[in-house]
Amino acid sequence: MTDTAEVTGLTDETELTGLSDTGELAGLTVTAERKWTAMGITLENVSYVYEQGTAMQTAALQGISLEIPDNQFIGLIGHTGSGKSTLVQLLNGLLRPTSGRVLYNGKDIHEDGFDKKALRANVGLVFQYPEHQLFEVDVLSDVMYGPKNLGLDEATCKKRAIQALENVGMKEKYFKTSPFDLSGGQKRRAAIAGVLAMNPRILILDEPTAGLDPRGRDEILGLISEMKQKLSMTIILVSHSMDDVARYVERIVVMGHGKKVFDDTPRNVFKHYIELEDLGLSAPQITYIMNTLRDYGMDVHTDALTVEEAAAEILRAAKRQP
Amino acid sequence: MFKDITIGQYYQTESLLHSLDPRVKIVGTLAYIISLFVVDSFAGYLVCALFLIVMIRLSNVPVGYIVRGMRAILILLLITMAFNLFLTPGETLVKFGFLKITKQGLAFAVKMAIRLSLLVIGSSLMTLTTTPNQLTDAIESLLNPLKRLRVPVHEIAMMMSIALRFIPILMEETDKIMKAQIARGADFESKNLIKKIQSLVPLLVPLFISAFRRANDLAMAMEARCYRGGAGRTKMKPLVYQGRDQGAYFILLAYFCICVALRLLPLPFLV
Amino acid sequence: MIKISKLIHDYIQRDEEGNPAGTVRAIDDVSLNVEPGQFIAILGHNGSGKSTLAKHINALLFPTEGTVWVNGMDTKDQSLLWDIRQTAGMVFQNPDNQIIGQVVEEDVGFGPENMGVPTEKIWERVEESLKAVGMLEYRKKSPNRLSGGQKQRVSIAGVIAMHPKCIVMDEPTAMLDPSGRADVISAARSLNIEENITIILITHFMEEAIQADHVFVMDNGKIAMQGSPREVFSRVEEMQALNLDVPQVTLLGHILRKEGLDIPEGILTKEELAEALAGNKESLL
Repeated sequence: MTDTAEVTGLTDETELTGLSDTGELAGLTVTAERKWTAMGITLENVSYVYEQGTAMQTAALQGISLEIPDNQFIGLIGHTGSGKSTLVQLLNGLLRPTSGRVLYNGKDIHEDGFDKKALRANVGLVFQYPEHQLFEVDVLSDVMYGPKNLGLDEATCKKRAIQALENVGMKEKYFKTSPFDLSGGQKRRAAIAGVLAMNPRILILDEPTAGLDPRGRDEILGLISEMKQKLSMTIILVSHSMDDVARYVERIVVMGHGKKVFDDTPRNVFKHYIELEDLGLSAPQITYIMNTLRDYGMDVHTDALTVEEAAAEILRAAKRQP
Repeated sequence: MFKDITIGQYYQTESLLHSLDPRVKIVGTLAYIISLFVVDSFAGYLVCALFLIVMIRLSNVPVGYIVRGMRAILILLLITMAFNLFLTPGETLVKFGFLKITKQGLAFAVKMAIRLSLLVIGSSLMTLTTTPNQLTDAIESLLNPLKRLRVPVHEIAMMMSIALRFIPILMEETDKIMKAQIARGADFESKNLIKKIQSLVPLLVPLFISAFRRANDLAMAMEARCYRGGAGRTKMKPLVYQGRDQGAYFILLAYFCICVALRLLPLPFLV
Repeated sequence: MIKISKLIHDYIQRDEEGNPAGTVRAIDDVSLNVEPGQFIAILGHNGSGKSTLAKHINALLFPTEGTVWVNGMDTKDQSLLWDIRQTAGMVFQNPDNQIIGQVVEEDVGFGPENMGVPTEKIWERVEESLKAVGMLEYRKKSPNRLSGGQKQRVSIAGVIAMHPKCIVMDEPTAMLDPSGRADVISAARSLNIEENITIILITHFMEEAIQADHVFVMDNGKIAMQGSPREVFSRVEEMQALNLDVPQVTLLGHILRKEGLDIPEGILTKEELAEALAGNKESLL
């Protein structure tokens, strides 16, 4: 466990040096025009306590500092009860931190006069099982609910809703269908479109693959990754499955017992697969496979993230044999 | 706000009152409420209050906890008092413009306040010392004679018990849907009444759908576990009267007789 | 234990007035046999008919055509309904929607109460059932205070308390996190081994199927593939065509084999892969 502490300390330090460093650390290319503005969300030493002052008092988050820049694909990983759900609700102002500050584009979101509605449009949050929030008579009207709440006119709302539905790959023939007649996967797409229609710069998805079968899971993850490419927004994928996120994200934040434990590239995080297990998590299956091969004396690198990468690495090692 | 309401909540501890048969507590509470309306003198209320104080001591529930629960009905209490104080005709004591306080009004208001307070504390003492489950069991058992009149007693008790089980789940669900709609820009804090009602649609529709889905699932799960109504069913925790329960019934009877006596006997020292 | 012969199940679709408007065939001519004490996995994507099949075994649904026998009892025989439901217990997907009691032990006692088991015997059964799933210390807790995995284990205990010969689990882990999932599967596993209860596990997590004695893969209401886990998972392309996964280590072995390494199909564990590769190394030397 001392190892973990060291790593945490290290990541925190690097973070203090600023946004571009965080960017580099997470192995991404920060575009030139974004470098000079403090875009995105910043958490400054944020703590959150549930039912403060009662016997039920529990600290859900302790001293979290985090930078979420524009146009980054982040995985937020943690065991049930690690505080990750509390964290995402702090990001769009649904919860107010017990101490510390949450900044959006450099401004404190809980200061008087801060436009929370605009914040929620900019920081979209798709809850777990989002299809449970569908309520309108047809899919299109349901997706228009968000833009309407922003006070936009009917035509703009409609335009945005259609755009969002196209972005989630929803065919036009479903626009006038009742959302309750859709299949499970389609319902989820419609619900994601409902948040996407607010035109967020940052989109947070809480367990978007929960309860889906392998096909549904691959479709949704593929869709999210496509949206990231097309709309160049920041996406935060909240999950307890490393296998789901390993393939897609460029940075992983690991939560454990209300604290930020790791914040690094997937390859670097999975090196700590033994510490991850102490947190009730596990590395992707492929990490274990590669480590076992190494234990058996094969000369392979263990940092493959996908089956394809692993195959290439094993073949490389096999060919290198004299 | 909701945290302050201790009426209807169970307080977990061990005490004589907790260990009594829930049927005794239901009958006792009803008898106590009736006794509050039987006695009609300050001496009578004193007896009622004393009885309640003894019961609270026997329940091991902290007095502060019970008093905190009273705060929730304080406004109701004050309104009732005000009405009685100002609207009872009789001998005028003080006058503010068109409002006047009469001697009879004052006496009546004070009596009502005492009655109401004792009533609320008395009945909350029952729920504080009895789990919702025991309550439904007791209601089923007490209403059992009605079965002959084809009242579906078992079904009513089962419904109550399931409702109690799902209240926390649906509360959590409401909170979740509310947050999900706020994340889509919903405004649940609008002052405008029409807007307020409109804003409830995106909350209530998903909530009802979810409740129906849960009901469906639950019905299937109950059937899969061989549930087929009350006939032929045994009980894991059947209600059986113990010696202390008979003792409790005897004390209740004695208390009730005293209350009736206080009302009927024209004792000179009673107000 | 379970014998299904030429089972067909049609759902009746209704239009807005509630008149029958057509039928959807959820199960199409399925026959299968489950021996006592087996651990069976049924795989298939959503809508493949696997949940419908499960409900037939518990007599929650009845055949449109064909026959289902549970321990020799025909599910169409209404007089045997309660015996069938007691013989073949069922655990559902959503942990919240199948717990009836407000206290863990009372929920576990619900089944025996319905069966008319005498009070003292109920207490015995509740205790042994909670012990079997490792939840005895939570017996006085409210189900609302438990995690998803714990709730599912309580549900399993509720079924065991009815002393079934067979338990059908319909995606019991779909809504759980990885540690909850592992707890539920290991509870099912130990019931199978220690109590010799037949387990039919319906899932779409392939890792959960590896330990099964026999795997059925359903697609479009039919049994598309069946065999031991090794037999089924070695047919990687067929599985992928059915929109299903194979375990990652199996897939990796498959890719390496296609690339010309001498690795058998149907690798199920990382150790097997390492052994197979070690063999290659020697031949390469």
